[in-house]
Amino acid sequence: MFNVEQVREQFPILKSTVRGKPLVYLDNAATTQKPQSVIDAESHYYDALNANVHRGVHKLSQDATDAFEKARDTIQHFIGAQHREEIIFTRGATEAINLVASSWGRANLQTGDEILLSQMEHHANIVPWQLIAEQTGAVIKVIPMDETGTLNLTQFEALLTPKTKMLGITHVSNALGTVNPVQYMIEKAHQVGALVLVDGAQSILHHAINVVELDCDFFVFSGHKLYGPTGIGALYGKKHLLNAMPPYQAGGDMIFKVTFEKSTFNHLPYKFEAGTPHIAGAIGLGAAIEFVQSVGLQHIAAHEAQLLAYAAEQAKSIPQLRIVGQAKEKVSVLSFVMEGVHPHDIGTILDSEGVAIRTGHHCAMPVMDFFKIPATARASLALYNTQQDIDALFTALHRVTEMFLK
Amino acid sequence: MSDLRELYQEVIFDHNRHPRNFGKLVKANRHAEGFNPLCGDSLDLYLIVDNDRITDIKFEGQGCAISTASASLMTEVLKGKTLTEAEQLFEGFHQMVTTGQQPSFDIGKLSVLAGVSEFPARVKCASLSWHTLHAALNNSNQPVTTE
Repeated sequence: MFNVEQVREQFPILKSTVRGKPLVYLDNAATTQKPQSVIDAESHYYDALNANVHRGVHKLSQDATDAFEKARDTIQHFIGAQHREEIIFTRGATEAINLVASSWGRANLQTGDEILLSQMEHHANIVPWQLIAEQTGAVIKVIPMDETGTLNLTQFEALLTPKTKMLGITHVSNALGTVNPVQYMIEKAHQVGALVLVDGAQSILHHAINVVELDCDFFVFSGHKLYGPTGIGALYGKKHLLNAMPPYQAGGDMIFKVTFEKSTFNHLPYKFEAGTPHIAGAIGLGAAIEFVQSVGLQHIAAHEAQLLAYAAEQAKSIPQLRIVGQAKEKVSVLSFVMEGVHPHDIGTILDSEGVAIRTGHHCAMPVMDFFKIPATARASLALYNTQQDIDALFTALHRVTEMFLK
Repeated sequence: MSDLRELYQEVIFDHNRHPRNFGKLVKANRHAEGFNPLCGDSLDLYLIVDNDRITDIKFEGQGCAISTASASLMTEVLKGKTLTEAEQLFEGFHQMVTTGQQPSFDIGKLSVLAGVSEFPARVKCASLSWHTLHAALNNSNQPVTTE
């Protein structure tokens, strides 16, 4: 049975105070807090296992390698990948997208080819494609959205042509909370022969993912948005695609044989893991996934949906508040603006009440341009948030209206 | 809470709601754009500089209360000042918002922004208009950013 108080007990930081008030952490779409088990897993690695992986003949190196590779298995099973070597460790979702754009893009894109992105992408799923488009002569096309923050699927289908080589689509919008119908979009994209990269940075902590059922070609996510450490994330890619792609970065661990004349490359997944990886981070990410599995994603999703509904109801008590992003399918992200108050001022006043939210463009400037606003305030909820947290948010927001709109 | 009151003084609300010298200055002979990519604040600053003296100054743009009030107060204080005096005010203002220390000379109404020093994340909001002033006086064509 899901018990939010028991969950909260596992997150040491939730007991802290900010500016003399209990911390109310509502910035989970930026990064989530870490349970004790993740902190312990990282520190256990340094306490007891620290050695380089895939190298030593000594026992410690073998133990470190086993723990590191076990984390890969945990990720594989968590997202339903068929083969463990389809999981590549990266620094996060951003690096994973750069890897695909750079490696697959350079080998496959030609002048006039089209890369299809959506209007609600995070900059991390725009800029890497722009760089590769400049280098290859490929062209970027954009799927528009409507006022609710829902993608226009008719336009999407019209934009799909045999020229479309890659669809880069976010599963969940970080700025709006919209859940995109990626399964449907993948099927449509495949019909014209395009590959699909799904940015799962914002979906991985709310939705059960099965990459085989989705049939996506690439899936990326960051550990720190899944209650895991920063600096670690993963790329999933279909084995035959990854095998055909050239290396992204070069160095140790990714080679078979090096001479000054020529080098040959290691097999998957190591071909894409040059240099000593973030071993402690990978082990911590494995622990984070085990934590999420122990709570159960279905319980987490139900709890968050209940909180979002409660927050949306509370929002009606402030007439100046307008929610940005009202898609039918959305996760627990409440992005909003208030008439007469800049989001930055909202953020500072909330902070003085111990309430942490994000204010700004959320690395999604095209979304702000679409809504003709410079920024939003965003409260994003996670499994440890409570109704009291939402109440604290709205008490603080009422204070904003008293100060600014009296 | 007292820090918050220090930051959001009545004068700041007043200048945020009713910014002074707001708008375009058609005859400006100095102009620069300022941009804070973190929060999306943007500012256009127009000046008429005659014989090393700022004879007129206006701004337009959008931003938070701190950045709007700071720009508004800056235009009020700078009108009629020489470029040397403006530079001295810039130094004094910068010292105040970064360290909380009031400068040794009188900076007039600008002192209401001293509370910003307690909020490091907001120093850039208060400084945007001043950095834009620097760019305008140095005739830089590049938009300035706070990053």
